[in-house]
Amino acid sequence: MREVLLVAAKDLRIELRSRVLLFQVAPFAVATLVLLGFALDADRSALRNFSPGLFWVAVLLTALLAAQRSVAVEHAGRAADALLLSATSPARIFAGKALALAAQLAVLEALLGVAMVVLYDARVEHFGLAVAAAAAATVGIAAAGTLYGVLAAPMGVRETLLPVLLLPVFAPVLIGATRAFGDALGTAAVNGWAWFGLLGLFALVYAVFGALAYGPLLEAEA
Amino acid sequence: MSILLGRSPDRPSSEAAAAHTGSRTTRILGALTLAGLVGLGLCAFIFSPPDSRPGPEAGTRIGQFDAVRLMYVHVPAAIWTYVALGTCAMASAVYLWRRSAWWDRLAHACAEIGVVLCAITLLTGMIWGRPVWGTWWEWGDVRQVTALVLFLAYAGYLALRSVPAAPQARAWRAAIVGLGGAVLIPIVNRSVEWWENRTLHQQSTLEELRIEDLTLFTLVLGIFVMGLLVLWLVVHRFRLAWLEAEAESAGLQAALAERRAEAAEPVAAGAGEDGAGEGSAGP
Repeated sequence: MREVLLVAAKDLRIELRSRVLLFQVAPFAVATLVLLGFALDADRSALRNFSPGLFWVAVLLTALLAAQRSVAVEHAGRAADALLLSATSPARIFAGKALALAAQLAVLEALLGVAMVVLYDARVEHFGLAVAAAAAATVGIAAAGTLYGVLAAPMGVRETLLPVLLLPVFAPVLIGATRAFGDALGTAAVNGWAWFGLLGLFALVYAVFGALAYGPLLEAEA
Repeated sequence: MSILLGRSPDRPSSEAAAAHTGSRTTRILGALTLAGLVGLGLCAFIFSPPDSRPGPEAGTRIGQFDAVRLMYVHVPAAIWTYVALGTCAMASAVYLWRRSAWWDRLAHACAEIGVVLCAITLLTGMIWGRPVWGTWWEWGDVRQVTALVLFLAYAGYLALRSVPAAPQARAWRAAIVGLGGAVLIPIVNRSVEWWENRTLHQQSTLEELRIEDLTLFTLVLGIFVMGLLVLWLVVHRFRLAWLEAEAESAGLQAALAERRAEAAEPVAAGAGEDGAGEGSAGP
């Protein structure tokens, strides 16, 4: 566990020092929400009704940038080789990087959540469900993002290949999280906790799959 | 396995460069497929009746009419999409376990054919949906939407495979994507049952057995013929991948031999010059 936290702390420290998350990714996330608002003709009732879906589309687009960034810091200067030489098990490196990505996404989701309430007039009716669904979805997105990120990393076309690979994988998260948020925000008459279950299953599958597959991928890159 | 290669992969031969993807078995398979396609065309477009029943009002008729003929392509294509992409996922899993190029190439061949079949399924579904549902695309139909996501996921797999990389590293990455995409196959297949109250798509045509006689025969024939076609295509694609790898390897060996010859040339030339110098200086 200590090694997982060390890897996560390393990534978070890099983000704190470089401020890429704060000055580039966060403005992008808010700009996405604003553009989606324009796309729906700034109709307040429509925006409120569609706010769960718009929120998660913005999160997924932002997650692509964050996942690319998470891989880029290891790829630059062949830092991944140093990680492998540290004798930390690849599964722990994966867990640490996924944890750091999840923490960054949680910050971005909190920011987007406030923006959604302000810009879209969204009202949270079941706060517990919203937090639980966001947590499960974030773990799933971070696990899949970390795995597919390292998969596309060494290729010269990472920026274009990663979205092609990741967005279809994110589709179940978008469906589940939008439904669960629909219940939490009172915009859809569905059982949000059932969708939370789907999100939890997705997170579990990609966390286990990622932990198993990460090592050989990292070694293939080295 | 022998039908895929026709000869052992462990014994690459000098015939590889001149080899082709056909063999006696594939030619027989191809002839059977061609005959089956002709039979299917006759049954689907000439012999089988259009879907037409008496309507609630006297003198009116309801049904899918000639649009039902698309089912003879759409349903087999959908079934063989699951089989092809499921085989891709299975072969990817075995590759991760055994690290054999044989399984990697099988996964690649199945993914290519599966993506084409998925595209045919989507296109025929859209063409059928226009007269029957009144729209090319229906967001309320969960199977149509999930099938598109499946298509995009495996299109991504093919995009990954098309990026130049070391063969083993590329195979590893592709196997992980191929296996990861398999999560979507049961979702597409079971979506009609899981979201029963949220989909326009009809339940399984064969399980319900709501069709009979020549219509049922034509549908079963379509599934059989499409199966032959898929097998024929997979065998050829697999062999082509094998020949590509052998040609790539042969090309690399030739390039290495050329470089070695170039490296050796100046020494020989230099030795010749020295010899000439000595000879001229002698007398």
